[in-house]
Amino acid sequence: MSAPAAQPQSTCLAESVRADFPALAQRINGHPLVYFDNAATTQKPRAVIEAISHHYEHNNANVHRGVHTLGNRATTAYEGARDRVATFLNARSREEIIFTRGTTESLNLVAATWGAAHLRAGDVIVLTQMEHHSNLVPWQMLARRTGAALRFLPVHGDEGLLDLSGLDAALRGARLLAFTHISNALGTINPVAELCAHARAAGVVSVVDAAQSAGHMPLDVRALDCDFLAFSGHKTCGPTGIGALYARRELLEAMPPYQGGGEMISRVTFEGAEYNEPPHKFEAGTPNIAGAVGLHAALDYLDGLGRARIHTQVQDVTTYACERLREFPGVRLFGPQGERGGLVSFVLPDVHALDLATMADQQGVAIRVGHHCTQPLHDKLGVPATARASFYFYNTRAEVDRFVTVLRRVIQMIKGTP
Amino acid sequence: MTMAGLSDMTLEELAANFEALGDWEARFGYLIDLGRELPPMAAEDKSDAYRVHGCQAQVWMKFIPRPTANGLGEPVMDIAADSDAFIVKGLIAVLLMLYSGKTAAAILRIDGVQSLARLQLAEHLSPTRKNGLGAMLKRIRELATAQAAACTY
Repeated sequence: MSAPAAQPQSTCLAESVRADFPALAQRINGHPLVYFDNAATTQKPRAVIEAISHHYEHNNANVHRGVHTLGNRATTAYEGARDRVATFLNARSREEIIFTRGTTESLNLVAATWGAAHLRAGDVIVLTQMEHHSNLVPWQMLARRTGAALRFLPVHGDEGLLDLSGLDAALRGARLLAFTHISNALGTINPVAELCAHARAAGVVSVVDAAQSAGHMPLDVRALDCDFLAFSGHKTCGPTGIGALYARRELLEAMPPYQGGGEMISRVTFEGAEYNEPPHKFEAGTPNIAGAVGLHAALDYLDGLGRARIHTQVQDVTTYACERLREFPGVRLFGPQGERGGLVSFVLPDVHALDLATMADQQGVAIRVGHHCTQPLHDKLGVPATARASFYFYNTRAEVDRFVTVLRRVIQMIKGTP
Repeated sequence: MTMAGLSDMTLEELAANFEALGDWEARFGYLIDLGRELPPMAAEDKSDAYRVHGCQAQVWMKFIPRPTANGLGEPVMDIAADSDAFIVKGLIAVLLMLYSGKTAAAILRIDGVQSLARLQLAEHLSPTRKNGLGAMLKRIRELATAQAAACTY
């Protein structure tokens, strides 16, 4: 148990960065905003907002084609962002980074291209029971198209740990293993390197959904030894509509294109086309240039703070929030007891999460309610909806205290006590 | 049945009550109380057949046609609905006041969004939020449309 007597130094991190986030300074319904919906999207620091403005004010042009100055600036900025993502993930080369709209598109890209080239009827895709719909539905669609089958690694109880006892059996004869690094509903941190190692030993391609981890902890695709890894800019302090897919080069070269159009070709005739080299082969059309610029600024910002420090701060606030939530009689907390991602899902007896979230908003507290895009997992847990508070490095223990005060008031109102 | 009190209340009276309640706590408290007065929906009706999707809570809704006393004219629709969230139950109570006990044709003439806007609830509970208000309004229109079609011959 943490709960150190002295305020941890990590609180200093939160206090020192709050001024960087204009959205956090707002009052909502007359109360200071407590933003606890960071697993859905994070707020943006001024550095990111200004980088996007600066791009549009000074460097706006299309990329890769213009011979003029602005075209060169835009191309340099866009490709510079690719370099930045490559170093952020410690990829072997910049060609292994494909820009996408986000994690969802990254996963769909793998399903549509690698899947189309390699999956046949009777092949097996291994997933876990804790996947977000974005790492489930694309594989269901692929399975339907190809006649492949889905196999699920089970999740244990409310603690939500992955049962790895049957891992090697599940991987036997499979073609692909796709799993989340950190569960967006449970907070479970899965052992990525271990899972990828088992997959590699079994000749199975590994796909990591890093949507919840990329902005929270150091990620090294070489150390993890994964084949694909997807993340979103908007959950890492960056803008919406931009994300990336890391793909191991050997796999990338054998994959057919994703969408057809400009940028992805090297030569086109009326009859056919020769495709460009990766990564451009997978980026048809004018990309989200300003988004890439914003993402670059966001990754600089995160690494300026240090991802290890970010992880420590978020751990502290999350652990504290779990402790405070356990004060409520009958509360059901989901997720691991020990180290977990920066979120906690819970249900309170006789209080629907929707009532909780709606009335918390009246007091300036933003939390999420629902199945968090993990409907099958919620079915398994037997809860139609949970409330979820999710944290980032700018959140403080004091905000958790306000959240708890607000919860108490809401419960009083619902139970009809003054 | 306590329902009588609710359905006897006009929208104007309800709007006046909401306005008299100054802050959000009082308004939500009142809304929750309205929900508590909702007659219970039969357990067997809380099934997928009557489920209204598009809300973050569970919602069920059913039309029960009731012939007029003399058996002439179009039947009126009693609406049975329930939710596992109190705020949604409160919203159901308001919708019942607005729609229940009317003919399908009369229901289709009501502009629900505009009527609800007068309740000063909009700032707290707009149909764009995931509280099911939009989904319930849509379901009411669908059920009324189906009934109106069935009555036309």
